[in-house]
Amino acid sequence: MNKITIINYSMYGEKKMPILIQDRSMVTPGEVIAEGDFSIGSHVYRREKKIVSQVIGLVTIKENFVSVVPLKGKYLPRVGDLVIGKVTDVSLSTWIVDIASPYHGVMRTSISLARRFDPIKDQTRKIFDVGEVIVAKVFSFDRTRDPMLTVRPDNRGGGNSPYLGKLVGGRVIDVSPSKIPRLIGRRGSMISTIKHFTNCKMIVGQNGRVWFKGNNFEDELLVLRAIEKIDREAHTTGLTDRIKEFLEEAKKQMTSPSKEKKSDKEKRSEKKS
Amino acid sequence: MAKNKEETVLITKDGIRHDGRKREDLREISFEVGVLDRADGSCLIEWGRNKILAAVYGPRELHPKHMQMPSQAYIRCEYRMATFSVPDRKRPAPNRREKEISKLLGEALDPALFTYLYPRSVIDVFIEVLQADGGTRCAAITAASLALADAGIPMRDLVSGVAAGNLSGKVVLDLDDIEDKEGEGDLPIAYLPNLEKVVLLQSDGIFTPDQYKEALDMLVPACKKVYQLQRKAITDKYSQINDAVQKDIDAEAKAKPAKDKKKADESKAKDDKKDKKKADDGKKSKADKEDKKKKGLKKPSKKKDDKKQASKEKEAKKD
Repeated sequence: MNKITIINYSMYGEKKMPILIQDRSMVTPGEVIAEGDFSIGSHVYRREKKIVSQVIGLVTIKENFVSVVPLKGKYLPRVGDLVIGKVTDVSLSTWIVDIASPYHGVMRTSISLARRFDPIKDQTRKIFDVGEVIVAKVFSFDRTRDPMLTVRPDNRGGGNSPYLGKLVGGRVIDVSPSKIPRLIGRRGSMISTIKHFTNCKMIVGQNGRVWFKGNNFEDELLVLRAIEKIDREAHTTGLTDRIKEFLEEAKKQMTSPSKEKKSDKEKRSEKKS
Repeated sequence: MAKNKEETVLITKDGIRHDGRKREDLREISFEVGVLDRADGSCLIEWGRNKILAAVYGPRELHPKHMQMPSQAYIRCEYRMATFSVPDRKRPAPNRREKEISKLLGEALDPALFTYLYPRSVIDVFIEVLQADGGTRCAAITAASLALADAGIPMRDLVSGVAAGNLSGKVVLDLDDIEDKEGEGDLPIAYLPNLEKVVLLQSDGIFTPDQYKEALDMLVPACKKVYQLQRKAITDKYSQINDAVQKDIDAEAKAKPAKDKKKADESKAKDDKKDKKKADDGKKSKADKEDKKKKGLKKPSKKKDDKKQASKEKEAKKD
């Protein structure tokens, strides 16, 4: 098991910088990806002049930028992320929300709500109760404090903010947060494909939670299967097409049994006559 | 026992050991990564007759809160032997040895991890020895590092462990239970193969300085060998999915033309049936029209005609 030793000296600039590993190939922790003055992205670190992977993942090399997309891992909050969480505790002025991360989300009445909160009249429990599922945005997070969440829609940019607040009905599924970009697809291609085929409402949280609600059980099951397939095969290529095929096939199967029944009836009526 | 001890030849003059291995041979090692669904990362290692399960949870919130470290994650490692892991039943309560190894392994894993990325949290590493046959701590740390990698926790390097030993003055690698108990010395290490750093070194028994040096010289390449196996195990887990997907695609590509043909045949058959039906309907309607005409023309002989037509229709249907 020797390392892949395709040394291609990158053509960028005069400096000869060897990239030891091909783009999109798999690396393990401690494996050297490249050597030289590259700028580094997430999940890689510099050791002397070498750039080394921190996780099992797929290498991304763009010009002189090296990073690794991990295949697994816990969600680490980032400011501005849309997350789906479950309320685990309610106090007089705060909610504690489980967001599938090493740190729990904190929502304060003073900064998190769209409308004014009067601590004398209003009750936190009546807005969000324990066990309820909410979509929220990460308002602030740093190493020293737990992430602050908000459900106040942000329309400062003039655009429409996505729905924030309580989620009623539907189902929530956990996937690996590193696979969320794959689930959304390029410019939302994957998610719109799933929505198109199943007519389900879907909200994808950056923390690896996906909420969906369909018109019937079959559609929801289909969404679930599709998400599971993406979660399992996220590191393979041509996934969007395969999901499309999968959904088409499943849809056909869903509609064809009823047709067969009809044809059976027809046959019977023919026999009778 | 004393007689038995003399009878068991640990190592011959040619350097062949009691189980047929040479001095620098390792036992057979195999891994299975991701065996537990509930854990964030897991690994089952089979190292000779050792069988060890490692599970990793986290990084997650640490309780009690006073144990949280403000600048880094806390590694909580627990090494435990199952009651059935050794010939004589091991009492289930954690003993001194287990506590010591737990602490040791946790500290050996620490330099391999980027703990500062997850302040105030904990990374739980549970190691369960299901079957023990010497060198469990080396096998355990090897498995634990794979479980950590499987959990997607940022690591500087994988950790590989191997033990060396002293059998009648000869330095050998990877002691099993008998060699461990009957031999003169045991020297386990854990090593970061890419960083080329030792993270755990213990020694038990007698080694001369030369033997010690020889042991370390043998251990480093052995650890690198183990590392290659680890790397293969963890990449295999995902390339297997890749292969499976590729197979599916190939199978579909092969099946498609066949399916299309079938479908085409089915639809043809359906169309034929429909056509027949339509034709029948057409005949009926024509007959009806004729009926009306006849009805209009001949009122008195209505009944007779009806009968005749009915019989005609029946015949048509039979045809």
